[in-house]
Amino acid sequence: MQEFAMDSFLTPDLVRAFWNVAVGTLGGVACSLLGCFLILKRMSLLGDAISHGVLPGIAVGVLLTGQIGGPAIVIGAMVFGVLTALLTEVLSSACKVTEDASLGVVFTSLFAAGVVVISVFLSRYDLDPSCVLLGDFTKAVLVTVDWFGFEIPRALPNLLLTLALVVAFIGLLWKELKLATFDAELSSAMGFPAWLIHYLFVALVAACSVATFETMGSILALAMLVVPPATAHLLTDRLVTMLLWAAGLAFSAALFGYLLASQWVFGCNVAGMISVVAGGQFLLALLAAPRHGLVARLVRHWRLALRIAGEEILGSLYRAEEKGQPPAAVELKEHGLSPWLVWLAFARLRRRGWIEALSSGFWRLTAAGRREAEAVVRSHRLWEAFLGQNFELPIDHLHAPATRIEHFIGPELQTELAAQLEEPHTDPHGKQIP
Amino acid sequence: MSFDLSYNEALVLQGASLLGASSGVIGCFAVLRRRALTGDALSHAALPGLCLGFLIAGQASMLALLAGAAISGVLGIGIIAGLRRWTRIKDDAAIGIVLSVFTGLGVVLLSVVQGRPRGGQAGLDSFIFGKTAGMIFQDAVWITILALATLLIVVVAFKEFKLVAFDPGFARVQGWPAFAVDFVLMLLIVVAIVIGLPAAGVLMMAALLVIPGAAARFWTERLHVMLLLAGLFGMASGAAGTFLTMIFVKAPTGPTIILVASLIFLVSLLFAPRRGVMARSLERRQLRQLLAPPA
Repeated sequence: MQEFAMDSFLTPDLVRAFWNVAVGTLGGVACSLLGCFLILKRMSLLGDAISHGVLPGIAVGVLLTGQIGGPAIVIGAMVFGVLTALLTEVLSSACKVTEDASLGVVFTSLFAAGVVVISVFLSRYDLDPSCVLLGDFTKAVLVTVDWFGFEIPRALPNLLLTLALVVAFIGLLWKELKLATFDAELSSAMGFPAWLIHYLFVALVAACSVATFETMGSILALAMLVVPPATAHLLTDRLVTMLLWAAGLAFSAALFGYLLASQWVFGCNVAGMISVVAGGQFLLALLAAPRHGLVARLVRHWRLALRIAGEEILGSLYRAEEKGQPPAAVELKEHGLSPWLVWLAFARLRRRGWIEALSSGFWRLTAAGRREAEAVVRSHRLWEAFLGQNFELPIDHLHAPATRIEHFIGPELQTELAAQLEEPHTDPHGKQIP
Repeated sequence: MSFDLSYNEALVLQGASLLGASSGVIGCFAVLRRRALTGDALSHAALPGLCLGFLIAGQASMLALLAGAAISGVLGIGIIAGLRRWTRIKDDAAIGIVLSVFTGLGVVLLSVVQGRPRGGQAGLDSFIFGKTAGMIFQDAVWITILALATLLIVVVAFKEFKLVAFDPGFARVQGWPAFAVDFVLMLLIVVAIVIGLPAAGVLMMAALLVIPGAAARFWTERLHVMLLLAGLFGMASGAAGTFLTMIFVKAPTGPTIILVASLIFLVSLLFAPRRGVMARSLERRQLRQLLAPPA
C-alpha cells in the first residue's frame, strides 16, 4: 500500500524533472562558485578557453581506458586544462603574443585537435563533439547507473565529487584564495605562492567543465562560470555573499530553465534554456540591483540633480531678497539647469513648504525655507572666504568654484571652515555671511 | 600522382581558400586592436540571429540568414561595449556573458527550428561545427563576392585602418572619424564571420580570425606585409585542410583547417626571424657571450 502510494506520487515525469534539476544545479553551483573568483581576477575568458581546451584530454582518457566516464577523463581533462592555461601564459609572456590572441590560438587549436581525435579514432564510441559543446540533458539523465541500489544518472557521481572538491578547495584555502585573488603580489610576498593556487584553481575549473560536459556541454559550463557570478557581483560587494548569491542563482537558473524547457517551449535544448534564464537573471540584476543597478544609479543621479536645482533656487531667492528685488525663476537659466528640472524642483520645494507663490511667476521664501537657504548661502560664502584667504585667486574667480561646492558642504564642514576663518562676517565680495 | 577534382570538390576548395584569405586579412586588425576574443564572441553571438532569420524567412534563404546573423552579431558587440561603459562588469566578463547567453539562445532557437517539420533539412546545426564539405554553389558565390569586397575595402581604406589599428586616440585628434572607421572594421569582421558560419562553423571562424594574424605577426613589423602573409596563411590553411580531409575522409573539414593553421602558427613561433623563439634565444646567447667577463 505504502509502495503504491509512493509510485503514484513519484511519476516518471517527476523523477526525470528531479534528476534534471539536480544535475543542472550540481554542475551549475560548482561552476558558479569557481566563477566568482574568475570574475574578480578578470579572467572569465580563461574559463571559456579551459572549457574548450579540455576536449583532447577527454578524448585521450576515453582512448586509453575505453570507457566514457570514470576518473580517467577527469584526470585527462585536468591535465589539458592546466596545459591550456600554461600554454597561454607562455605564449603571452615569453613569445610576445598579446594575451587575448594567445588565448584564442591555444583553445581553438586544442578544441580542433580534440574534435579530430574523436572523429578519427573514437567514432565507435557514443561521444559526439556537438554533444560536448551543447550538452544533452535529457539523454544524460536517461543513462543511469546502479549506485548502492539506487538508480542514478551516470553523470551524478562525477558531479557530486566535483562539487565536493570545489567546496573543499574554497573552504580549506579560503584565506589564501582570497589573498591570491585580490592581491597576487602581496600573497606571493607573504609566502603563499599565488601561481600554485592559480594552477590548482585552473585544474578545478577543468574538472568542473569535464564533470558537466555530458550534461551541460561546454557552452553552458561557460555560462555558469560567468553569468551567475557576474550577476552576484552586481548584487553585493562582499565575497561570501557573492558566493552564496552565485550558488542560489545557479540553482534558480537550473530550476526555471528546466521548467521553461519542459513545460513551455517543448523539446527545446535544456542547457541552452538554462543559460538564457541565467542571462535573464543578469538583465534583471543589471536593472534592479540595489547599489550597482542601472535604475538605482539613475534614481541617485536624479535625486542629486533635484537637490542641487532646489538649492540653487533657494540661493537665488535669498540673494534676491537680500538685494530687495522681486525674485523670479528666470535667473536660474544661468546655472545651466534644464527648465523641466527647475519646474520639478519648484514643485518639491513648495511641497516641503519652503517657498510660497506670490503672484504670477514670483516666489517668496517661507521661514523654514529661509533657514535652508541661509545654510546654502553660508556654505557658498564661507568657501569664497576660505579660497580668498588661502589661495591667490583673483576675486572674480571665487564665485564659480563656490557655486559647485556649496551643495556638498555639510554642517560639520561649515563649522570647521568658520572656526578656521575665525568666524568671519563677510565674504571677499563684502557680502554678509548668514 | 594526379588529383582529379570533382566539380564539388573544386567548389569547396575555392570557398575554403577564399574564406581563409579574407578572414586572415581582416583578423589582423582584430589581433592588432587586441580584440581577438571579440571575434570569438561575435561568431557565437551571430547564432540566434541566424536561427531567427530562418524562422522569419521560412526557408533557408541565404540572405535572411546572413542579415539575421549580422544583426545579432552587432547587437552582441553593442551589449559588450555598453556593459563595459556603463556598469561595473569588466571586459572579460562582458564578453563571456554575451558569448554564453547568445549561444544558449541560439541553441534554444535551433532546437525549436529542428523540432518543426522539415526544419532539420535546413542543416542549421552545421552552423556550430560547419559543413565545409557540404558547400553548395550559392554558398561559394556569396563567399567569393563578400571576400573580394572585404579585400577591396581593406585596400581602399588601408591608411585609415592602419591609423585606427595602431593609435585610435591620435586618429581622433587628427580629425579622422575614428569611431566610424572602427565600426567599419568591426562590420567587416562581422561580414567575414557571417559568410563563414555556414561553411566553417562558429569555432572555426573564431580560429581563422585569430591564428593567421597572430602567426603573420611573427614575421614582420610592417602592416601590409602582415596582411599579405595572414591572407596567404589563411588561404593555405583553408586549401590544405580541405585537401587533407578529401584524402582522410573521416576527419571533419573545419577542425582540420584549424589544425593546419595551428601548425603554421607553431612554425612561425619557432622559426620566424627576429621575433621567433629560436631567433630570440640565439640572440640572447650571443648577447650573453658578448657580456660575459673574459676568462
